[in-house]
Amino acid sequence: MKRDNEKRSLPFFGIGKVLPFMKKFRGLVAAMVACGLLSTGIDLLIPQFQRYALNHFIAKGTLDGLPLFIAVYVVVVFLTGVVNYISCNNAMKVEVGVNRDLRNAAFRHLQTLSFSYFNQNSVGYIHARVISDTSRIGSLVSWSLMDSVWHLSYLIGAVLVMLAVNARLALLVIAILPLLVVLFSVFQTKLIRVNREVRELNSQITSDFNEGITGAKTIKALVIEDKMARDFLKDTGAIRRRSVHAAHLRGLFAATMNMASSLALAVVLWRGGYIAASEVGTFSMFMSYAQGMMEPVRWIIDAISELITTQVNIERFSRLLETTSDVADTPEVIAKYGDAFHPKRENWEPIRGDIEFRDVDFKYPDGDEYVLENFSLKIPFGSNIAIVGETGAGKSTLVNLVCRFFEPTRGQVLIDGRDARERSQLWLHSAIGYVLQTPHLFSGTVRENLLYGNPDATEEEIRRALALVSAQEVVDRMDKGLDSDVGEGGDMLSTGEKQLISFARAILADPRILVLDEATASVDTLTEQKIQSAIETIIKGRTSLVIAHRLSTVRHADLILVVRDGKIIEQGRHEELIAARGHYYNLYTRQYEDEATSSLFSAG
Amino acid sequence: MQKNEPNNGQKTGRAALVWRFLRGSRRLFAVGMLMAALTTLAEMISPQIIRAAVDNAIGGNAPTFGPAVMRLVNAVGGFAYLGEHLWIMALAVLLVAAVKVIAQYGFLVFNTRGAESLVKTMRDTLYTHIEHLPFSWHMKNHTGDIIQRCTSDIETTRNFVAGQMTGLFRILLLVVLSMVFMFSMNPLLAVIALLPMPLTVIYSLWFHRKLGGGFKACDEAEGRLSAMVQENLTGVRVVRAFGRERYERDRFEAHNEMYTGLWVKMAKLMARFWSTSDILSGLQIMLVVVFGVLFCLQGRMSAGEYIAFVSYSSMLIWPVRQLGRMISDMSKAGVALDRIGYIMDSPVERDCEDALEPDMSGDIAFEHVNFAYDGCPQMLHDITFTMKAGTTLGILGGTGSGKSTLMLLLDRLYDLPEGCGRITVGGVDIARIRREHLRKNIGIVLQEPFLFSRTLQENLSITDEGLTLSDIREAARAACLDETIEGFAKGYDTFVGERGVTLSGGQKQRAAIARMLTKHTPIMIFDDSLSAVDAETDAKIRKALEARFGSASIILISHRITTLSKADQVIVLDKGRIAEMGAPQQLQTAGGLYQRIYEIQTMTGKEAQA
Repeated sequence: MKRDNEKRSLPFFGIGKVLPFMKKFRGLVAAMVACGLLSTGIDLLIPQFQRYALNHFIAKGTLDGLPLFIAVYVVVVFLTGVVNYISCNNAMKVEVGVNRDLRNAAFRHLQTLSFSYFNQNSVGYIHARVISDTSRIGSLVSWSLMDSVWHLSYLIGAVLVMLAVNARLALLVIAILPLLVVLFSVFQTKLIRVNREVRELNSQITSDFNEGITGAKTIKALVIEDKMARDFLKDTGAIRRRSVHAAHLRGLFAATMNMASSLALAVVLWRGGYIAASEVGTFSMFMSYAQGMMEPVRWIIDAISELITTQVNIERFSRLLETTSDVADTPEVIAKYGDAFHPKRENWEPIRGDIEFRDVDFKYPDGDEYVLENFSLKIPFGSNIAIVGETGAGKSTLVNLVCRFFEPTRGQVLIDGRDARERSQLWLHSAIGYVLQTPHLFSGTVRENLLYGNPDATEEEIRRALALVSAQEVVDRMDKGLDSDVGEGGDMLSTGEKQLISFARAILADPRILVLDEATASVDTLTEQKIQSAIETIIKGRTSLVIAHRLSTVRHADLILVVRDGKIIEQGRHEELIAARGHYYNLYTRQYEDEATSSLFSAG
Repeated sequence: MQKNEPNNGQKTGRAALVWRFLRGSRRLFAVGMLMAALTTLAEMISPQIIRAAVDNAIGGNAPTFGPAVMRLVNAVGGFAYLGEHLWIMALAVLLVAAVKVIAQYGFLVFNTRGAESLVKTMRDTLYTHIEHLPFSWHMKNHTGDIIQRCTSDIETTRNFVAGQMTGLFRILLLVVLSMVFMFSMNPLLAVIALLPMPLTVIYSLWFHRKLGGGFKACDEAEGRLSAMVQENLTGVRVVRAFGRERYERDRFEAHNEMYTGLWVKMAKLMARFWSTSDILSGLQIMLVVVFGVLFCLQGRMSAGEYIAFVSYSSMLIWPVRQLGRMISDMSKAGVALDRIGYIMDSPVERDCEDALEPDMSGDIAFEHVNFAYDGCPQMLHDITFTMKAGTTLGILGGTGSGKSTLMLLLDRLYDLPEGCGRITVGGVDIARIRREHLRKNIGIVLQEPFLFSRTLQENLSITDEGLTLSDIREAARAACLDETIEGFAKGYDTFVGERGVTLSGGQKQRAAIARMLTKHTPIMIFDDSLSAVDAETDAKIRKALEARFGSASIILISHRITTLSKADQVIVLDKGRIAEMGAPQQLQTAGGLYQRIYEIQTMTGKEAQA
């Protein structure tokens, strides 16, 4: 997992990286900003009504022009509604629109990245790039922008109007602003830090709960319920302290702001009170502006700190988009065969299924040791290769190379006699069937999952595939048959059932090359037998690479590769390897003991 | 005995539950409310000072204030003097503002302290309660669901008490106080100013009810979108191997489009709400402005009063608008409280009356034990055996044969229901022994060891904080773990779990063994807990056990004949029944399951080639 601690600051808070995504929404943004300015104009106008009412009607004691006054007032109020409607609506549209486009771009790009990216970054990390970074950026370019427009223009407008009406008094009020800005900035910086601490403590509390619940059996057996509760109290005490600390800061923030606006009011009263004697309206207007000026300062600072914190999100996001795949098709290959999203199937040669490793050296991009050196192996079409070794021994390396999830550091992997790199990834992948150890189903119906292997499969083909791997019963058992929901990640099915469905999925794809990672998880005897025979069925007539855990699979393989510490240390047929009494012999006998013991029990 | 007991029929009511959790924070909230009242009061006074300044000090009108205010004004020199010295009025504004600001600060701090105390009480109570709930409860309830209750439902309750309840109080106070001030100046205009308010509240309430459904739909759509990304990332191999990048992209974009569409719809609704409320409140103020002008012209009101009126009605706009949202949010709290109540109403593990604390180094006996898990077919059938103190018992059995269940019953992680036989230690029925005493005297290493996300040292000494490093190392040495740990860069300070190193299966098992050994219990159970270590280490650990803990009664559950053959007695368990029982040497030749397994495991080499 690579965490981006290294700061790579982008100029102008990385806004440049986001601009292309906003291009489409130019019109909306322009209208939003225009309406925002208009709305500020109205807000600035409202105190003028007050001023007019006091100076004209009340001071002069006349009702002249009252109907017009009301009419204009009503129009202005409704105009506020319209203008605010447009700016809010547009801001939200821009927000969700930019969000959508950012997510699409990220997701699309992820589909083209190579496996070294997925090996080096955890799912949670990548997920956050697609979901949270995008939404923070979206709200920055819409709401923070909107807030800045509103409040900055109000501030400027109020200052200008005050200066125009009474420059001396205005300057006195404005003098409060710099102090406010400094204080706010100090509080804001502290508040951001404390809030981060609170968030971290909060996730600590959640993991405490998680540990207390998932570890219940152990906690009870060790009789440490009270100790766990005591330790938990320390964490809840810490978060309470930090949260209260944050409240003090927020309180100071609010207090400063309120004090500042009261100060402004006091200044107006003290130095401008005399105005009230002649023009009470002007005096009242001044009070409104002076008090109203302080709130915008707070919002502007908010927007700025939002910009600063979102910079990190922009950087991470653009780094994702700029990551290039280290397994990429050349332009010539794309021109002929198409890319992942636009295949040119008419140019695809049919695939036979011969695989050859020729003088391959390989090390993982994040590793420093060669796991394959000068490795050569011919796998003619139809042969069945078993790869065995302990968990974590590096059994998937060959599979990764055959599937071109990784490319050899030196040497070649040939498919049907030609370097795999001469044809597109999709061309190869469309000929490969892949069955994982922990079968991965997608949320949706059984049918959707089966069609994943072959979108054009007919009903008849589906039935046949299910029957071949004895998965028909699984489907029959579900209340809506093929259209039953499998739940998130296939949770509604048992592991064995998921396995059978994923076999059927692979059969529907009718691949020339089959990669199978056998499950180690224990399933009941009946399912076990079904899986066994399903495996025998599906490897027939294909080139197959099996990461094997079952003796029957291993024994009948055309070639067994024994892997230890990432390297192939033995290879041969079953009898040869047993006779050699090496690592394979040990692995095999241990497996044999386990299987024989448990088979005795199920038989007994 | 209380296993799977229903909730005793008693359900704590929502209000009672909240009241109970409020223990310790009631006073904080009360002070907070007081501060809120002071804030509002100060807020109300400020326009009155301006009014006095405009009308009396500057305008020179005859004052209409009460005797108390007049006495104060006269004390500083009367209105005429104040008109000359406006700085005094300005100072008064600042003073009132200072009171308001301090009270506001006080409110925020006390309210937060109350809220945080409430949350802490809830968290602590729930956590402690959950830890003491029987294991059967843990098996029945999903972890994710319980965590949800302990996190977001607590958050909802907190928002209800510290956000909505106090908010409601503050708004009501504001409304009432501004009514008082407005009525004192001009009752008719006060009525006019307040008239549109109920309309705004009802409109906002109606709207937020409507928005609620939309928000839920958006949340669900976001959940689906997020799940789809998650699936795509975890299933990246399947996606690539089947060449379905394009399909995935199209599917994602469809989900994304739908989610975005929902928000665009919400945007329209919300923009409509905001703009409508803007218009409503704009008109409300206009009403005050226009009628204020009319009243002033009729001489029923002064300019200062007019300004104060506009101030009061502006103050009311935001809080009243929020009222709808607040009330509609309050409805969520009921569900959250019920979900928390479900946990609190589940009965905790309890001992029988006058529970015993006998010596635990006696013989262990199972007498006609029958057992079934809730709603499952019978697991154990008539299990009867006696294990002499200080001996080693081996148990061999297939998956689902009930061997782990036997141990869970012995440790009383599950209680044996009445009439299903009994289990005794030193002749005392374990149902009569204090649970804590029983478990403290039984060391059990579970099949799937669980380590805590702490350092190795903290993990190993978790049963007793008084353990020294040398105690821990001794246990680790017996479990063949000391060397491994010393090999880590940080040794015993190495952090285990997500934030630290990931231990291999074998290392975890050995750590769990070492942790158990520090307890020095007279009874030790190894539930298939050496499966992930190699045969050599297995033998070493057993040897160390024998040397250092020879007097303990040891139960070994294992598949390995080499392990079992060292036991004094072996039980072969098949489908919940005892199939064979006896000394391993006897069983080797008894012609049963044990013999066949023995033969397989000792002659593997030959068999394998066949």
